[in-house]
Amino acid sequence: MDFASFLIQTLNSLQYGLLLFLVASGLTLVFGIMGIINLAHGSFYMIGAYLAFVLASLTGNLFAAIALGIPLALLFGAFLEWALFSHLYKRDHLEQVLLTYGLILIFEEVRSLLVGDEVHGVDIPAVFSASIQLSDVLSYPVYRLVISAVCIVLAVALYFVIQRTRLGMMIRAGNHDRVMVEALGININMIYRVVFALGVALAALAGMLAAPISSVFPNMGSHVLIISFVIVVIGGIGSVWGALVAALVIGFADTFGKVLVPELSGMVVYLVMAAVLLWRPEGIFKKG
Amino acid sequence: MKTTQQIFGKAALALALAATCGAVAAQAQPKVKVGLMLPSTGTYASPGTAIGNGFKLFVTEQGGKLGGREVEYFSVDDESDPSKATENANKLVKRDKVDVLVGTVHSGVALAMAKVARENKTIFLVANAGADELTGPLCAPTLFRTSFSAWQPAYAMGKVVADKGHKRVVTLTWKYSFGQQSIEGFKESFEKGGGKIVKEMTLPFPNVEFQPFLTEIAALKPDAVYVFFAGAGAAKFVRDYHAAGLKSSIPLYASGFLTDGTLDAMGEAGKGLQTTLHYADGLPNKKDAAFRLNYAKTYKLQPDVYAMQGYDAAQLYHAGLSAAGGDPAKQAEIIKAMEAAKVDSPRGTFTLSKAHNPVQDIYLREVQGGQNKVVSTLIKGLADPARGCKM
Repeated sequence: MDFASFLIQTLNSLQYGLLLFLVASGLTLVFGIMGIINLAHGSFYMIGAYLAFVLASLTGNLFAAIALGIPLALLFGAFLEWALFSHLYKRDHLEQVLLTYGLILIFEEVRSLLVGDEVHGVDIPAVFSASIQLSDVLSYPVYRLVISAVCIVLAVALYFVIQRTRLGMMIRAGNHDRVMVEALGININMIYRVVFALGVALAALAGMLAAPISSVFPNMGSHVLIISFVIVVIGGIGSVWGALVAALVIGFADTFGKVLVPELSGMVVYLVMAAVLLWRPEGIFKKG
Repeated sequence: MKTTQQIFGKAALALALAATCGAVAAQAQPKVKVGLMLPSTGTYASPGTAIGNGFKLFVTEQGGKLGGREVEYFSVDDESDPSKATENANKLVKRDKVDVLVGTVHSGVALAMAKVARENKTIFLVANAGADELTGPLCAPTLFRTSFSAWQPAYAMGKVVADKGHKRVVTLTWKYSFGQQSIEGFKESFEKGGGKIVKEMTLPFPNVEFQPFLTEIAALKPDAVYVFFAGAGAAKFVRDYHAAGLKSSIPLYASGFLTDGTLDAMGEAGKGLQTTLHYADGLPNKKDAAFRLNYAKTYKLQPDVYAMQGYDAAQLYHAGLSAAGGDPAKQAEIIKAMEAAKVDSPRGTFTLSKAHNPVQDIYLREVQGGQNKVVSTLIKGLADPARGCKM
């Protein structure tokens, strides 16, 4: 691999890792703060992508689709938390897994009834449809860089909200000791609802942003779900910062794995996970 | 009055007798049981539905009959899940005791079905799954394929790329047997034509993060790229290839599955792509025109290659069953007739090879106006080499 290729592959790794972070951040928040194993998280990614497809074909514009899609995803998340997940906090993980696995099946079936099983494409907004010439034959779509930029902005915003705001303080406190927070007169249920809605919206936003480059297809959430769990485990459950670092590690491992050790490319990600867990069984960043 | 009553009584008796006789006659003509094992959920739901539609369309055209017999369908959703395939096939073969088993999209599922069908001596019509093994090492007197082998379109494409004067080619596919067979078939004819595969790249199925490979292709700068992808992965790959600016400098070739059912999702990026397959849009034969019209009328959908393969599975069995006088139990006669059949398919007439795979024309197609328009008939009557088949 020459130096130019190396740089481009680094760019690929960063871009892939940042997109993975967007999905995994919601999962780690819900998992770490609410203690819910949410297998349906990948479905929210799928729902986001389909929202982008449907809304973009209605409005003719991906930005409009995202602007409409985010509030819809927030509402949907809040509704799910109220109707289903709020009954799960005191139950064990098996029941959570059963419910959320059931949701995957329901979401896929509803998707099939409403939009069918065909593969769809979403057009990249005209403003970002240009490409940057990287080498004599290879160019890099501007849209991919835009996605990366959005992901970075969101990572910083999430960090700020959780570490520097009152809401973030309450979320962190709720994570440590639910009973104590309630005793102090804070409505913990409302906080959980906000966190869950936020998690759904983050996954859906990732799906909406990825729709133009990944195309929209049935079961698209399942691969993302597995890799997101890997990231959450590597990063340390509940740590947004850890999710970011882990997502980038996975981005690099996957990209360079495919090029340098193609025979093992399906395993590289899991080998990295195994290595990290041997070194730090609780993930790179401990819960906190 | 008495006589009238007697006449009435006799007439009633006669009628009753006639009715019973009729019932007896109907019982002597049991329905032919068709087992459809196709995916109706999951990634392959749409081709699965198309195969079933195609099969039923032909039966409807025959007045709801095959070989003169009424048809009764038994359906199982195989979910394209190989781990459930044996159990699902057993439901149809052992529980429902179907006369003929028809399936499926996923090759892994079809391999398991072939095993169940062979053990129970049930006729098995493969209406899509292209794994070379089915009419290779696993060939059987009772197994017939109305679709293709992975080798066929791939072999034809190798010839095209070599004839265009491309010398150095990079290949890319998912690392699973069908993808790799598609690469092997291509390699065989491409190397025969004087070409060289510079690098064979694979990624795990169904991973769709192609960016690292595109970077690698740009660094290697081959004369052309040959890939096997299908479904959602195909749409994404073509979009990515286009977005990376490679399409204008390094031509992309593939087996026809790249552009079947995925053109809408590809949009602009798909334009002008050349692929090879045993079917195409705009074929100049009357059978195809009639098939497309009927299909569109019946299902309010455009038919595709999968629907055509399902239609031909019904045609082939019809030919066999008719020769056996409509008796599904006369298996030897059915098999003999199917082996000798000339199927008047929408793709053009085909016969079957010794290993029961279609000997068929392979077309070169080009994406124009959202369709896979036929460019030329590349190879007439291409037969799969049926490596490993002892029959």
